[in-house]
Amino acid sequence: MVRLWITRRFHIRGSGRFLTLTGAAIIALIAIITLLAPIIAPYDPIKRDVGGAFIAPNSQFLMGTDLHGRDVYSRILYGSRTVMLVALASTLLSLIIGVPIGLLSGYVGGKTDRVLSLIMDSIYSFPGLILAIALAAMLGPGVVNMSMAIAVVYIPTYFRMVRGQVLSVKENLFVEAARAIGAKDRTVVFNYIFPNVLPSIIVVVSLNIADAILTEAGLSFLGLGITAPTPDWGFDLKSGQPYFPGVPGRGSYWWLITFPGLMIIIAVLGFSLLGEGLNEILNPRLREGE
Amino acid sequence: MSIPEAILEVKGLQTHYYTRAGVVKAVDNISFVIDKGETLGLVGESGSGKSTLGFSIIRLVPPPGKIVGGKIIFAGTDLMKSKEEEMREIRGKRVSMIFQDPMTSLNPLMKIGDHLTETITTHLKIKKDEALEKAKALLDKLGISPERINDYPHQFSGGMRQRVVIGLALALNPDLVIADEPTTSLDVIIEAQILELLKKLKADYNLTLILITHNIGVVAEMADHIAVMYAGKIVELSDASSLFDNPLHPYTKALLESVPNIRLSEQTLKWILGMPPDLLSLPKGCRFNSRCPHAFKKCFETEPELMQISKNRFVACYLHG
Repeated sequence: MVRLWITRRFHIRGSGRFLTLTGAAIIALIAIITLLAPIIAPYDPIKRDVGGAFIAPNSQFLMGTDLHGRDVYSRILYGSRTVMLVALASTLLSLIIGVPIGLLSGYVGGKTDRVLSLIMDSIYSFPGLILAIALAAMLGPGVVNMSMAIAVVYIPTYFRMVRGQVLSVKENLFVEAARAIGAKDRTVVFNYIFPNVLPSIIVVVSLNIADAILTEAGLSFLGLGITAPTPDWGFDLKSGQPYFPGVPGRGSYWWLITFPGLMIIIAVLGFSLLGEGLNEILNPRLREGE
Repeated sequence: MSIPEAILEVKGLQTHYYTRAGVVKAVDNISFVIDKGETLGLVGESGSGKSTLGFSIIRLVPPPGKIVGGKIIFAGTDLMKSKEEEMREIRGKRVSMIFQDPMTSLNPLMKIGDHLTETITTHLKIKKDEALEKAKALLDKLGISPERINDYPHQFSGGMRQRVVIGLALALNPDLVIADEPTTSLDVIIEAQILELLKKLKADYNLTLILITHNIGVVAEMADHIAVMYAGKIVELSDASSLFDNPLHPYTKALLESVPNIRLSEQTLKWILGMPPDLLSLPKGCRFNSRCPHAFKKCFETEPELMQISKNRFVACYLHG
């Protein structure tokens, strides 16, 4: 019933509906975990020896315990806070830098556009994770530094998308018409061009968050992001990895890497689905026959 | 009738497009005068430079176009010497434009009311709700129910949108309106309605109008004077009735003969042979020489200038004067 109401209320149709709603559901779940971690989590995520070391998942420790006897389930719940904080902060940062530069470059054109495009394209030409690694290594660990390192990687994505859209939108007669009524450049950009670019930005934001989560996990996995003992999926994945084969006679400590890995996949999937779904809804040309 | 007072005087205007293939002289040394309250019809086929001329007057020629010479004297001041801020003050308030395609000349994401109030508040320091009242009054005048002020452009038909575009141009009671093919993308019924509306508003507001069109029938109904453009130049400038009675330039003559006429039989409908010249490589002499049935030696040697034949008539052709 609720699903029906949502789809009717927001005029969502086609395969975009399924993707968007599935993505939104996953994101809602992660949002609940992130916001309510202190209430849901049964243990302090950084407190050692709440049970013993390497206890397999059971009814007391849903996802087992790690080397230091910390509750993996609690760490997963709290870890989403670190991951989401970095992912959202870096996305926001690249958004507020990339979009205005893209608008400027596309609208002004000429030499300004060429210089800005050259700078952005040179950043874009690096593989994302490699650039993030280099920047994170330079800046040092920590949530703020990691957010900045990831933000730089994604600024060109916004820049290129916004610039391209502006170039096409500004050819519309209504932009010429706005100038013919004596509108200032600022008015033309913000009232006439920007609203027509917005749907594409929304799609990129969602896909960007998915990417940022992956990059954040990658950096933390490589030890360039979060420092111990802060709970973080990427970092926990790395800490658990040496013990994955387990010790002779006791079998594999599979829970140490399975749960953080699974969370990363689910979170990335959620934002990717939402992004793809929104893309189909907001850009009707991609919409298949309904 | 009061003494005619020139509102716009264009002198030797030159607008060139700097393309990769070379320099296109879209407006090549054009001069004319428009008196207050007068309608000038600017006629020519596609690519003759008539729209470029319209955009040049408010100095909004899209790149790679550039005004390279001439004077645009509007109400006593040369706009070529005005600063960009001064031009912004003039655009929309004193000189405004009606665009060709109402489907794309309105922002799809802005309400009709916002289009109108934005035009008004850009130039007048009044409150938003005052502007809204003005906008409603304007819609009423255009024959659109003021209740539809919160609709978006897609909820309007083509004809209604064009009414709104006309409303935008007239919102601040400008001294000069440039209408760039205002009815080209509309069907004939709507075209007639829009022209009727323009005529009515012209009388109500005592508008001065430049009507750019390739449809000679449109100017026949509305214009006091007609300028015929060919390949970037005015080839004939005349008052409307004499032009229709007795076209002087062979191009004008051919243009009038190529209009279907219900009273004449099918056989008399003529067309103009050949194509307009490539503006990148103009022929020596008269630009119309390759298509002109009367062309003689001189026409291939030097280019005729626009010369005065009688009080109201100018023509650029060696057959006259």
